[in-house]
Amino acid sequence: MGLLISNEPDFMIHGVLEYQMFGQSFWITTTTIGAWIVTILLLIFGVLANRALKNATDVPGAFQNALEYGYEMLEKMGNSILGGNTRRFINYIGTIFLFILLCNLSGLLGLRAPTADYGVTFLLGVFTFCIVNYQGIKNRGIRHFTCLFEPTPVLFPINLIGELANPLSISLRLFANLLSGVIIMGLWYGMMPIFVDIAIPAALHAYCDLFSGCIQTYVFCMLTMVYVNDKLE
Amino acid sequence: MNISGQEFIFGCSAIGAGLAMIAGIGPGVGQGIAAGHGASAVGRNPGAQSQITSTMLLGQAVAETTGLYGLVVAIILMFVKPFTS
Repeated sequence: MGLLISNEPDFMIHGVLEYQMFGQSFWITTTTIGAWIVTILLLIFGVLANRALKNATDVPGAFQNALEYGYEMLEKMGNSILGGNTRRFINYIGTIFLFILLCNLSGLLGLRAPTADYGVTFLLGVFTFCIVNYQGIKNRGIRHFTCLFEPTPVLFPINLIGELANPLSISLRLFANLLSGVIIMGLWYGMMPIFVDIAIPAALHAYCDLFSGCIQTYVFCMLTMVYVNDKLE
Repeated sequence: MNISGQEFIFGCSAIGAGLAMIAGIGPGVGQGIAAGHGASAVGRNPGAQSQITSTMLLGQAVAETTGLYGLVVAIILMFVKPFTS
């Protein structure tokens, strides 16, 4: 048993440091550490990208070329949904795109993906909800609320639930996909005998972290844009 | 063999978690239909392959949601243990 089983399966969030605030005890967890690492990496990337584009040359170097390609891809993605309004939202979409992408891929760095914690994805869903409703009130005024009573007032509860379910559904989708990946990887590393740990985890990482992570990032950004686009007119 | 109330609830929670994963049938069928129609669309119009693929993947990821709700319910039953005090 001890030779064949490498260790116990481990896919839970662990507390690292406990601290007291306002008489409550809070924990710095592995999620927090992962989100910090991702944020620091993104800040470094942002500074480097800013420097590269400040000194932009006519014939782009490798890094500038990659940046321009990434931006054009993001803009194309936005144009397919938002049309002419892409420029207003590309800051936000780009930010959450990079953050979620790096969080999803951080499983490859050996971290527990921060997006596999409902606290993180729910916050992202709430951001989307706030932006959608802000745009709705700004662009449509009172009609933002009266359209809940269309086509008949009887449908008001269903419309209300439909509105409130949006942030829940997009956050749960991201969370559950990443969590299933984390659980599969944890079970594989924890419960399988050591000799299958040679090449198969690479294929599992390619599916659970790379493929699923990239697709879910894309889906989250697309759905955010679709929800925003609904409220623009 | 004596089974305490707590253990009985754990056992029933495990069975419930397994039953909750029956929800995986629906997304499987749905994603298969989407992939089949995507393949036939590419066959009819190979020039639009990249657009068809991205649309198909977006639709599949959205269709997956109901199965993921089942997964969330199963995980809550297994690890959060809501029915024990």
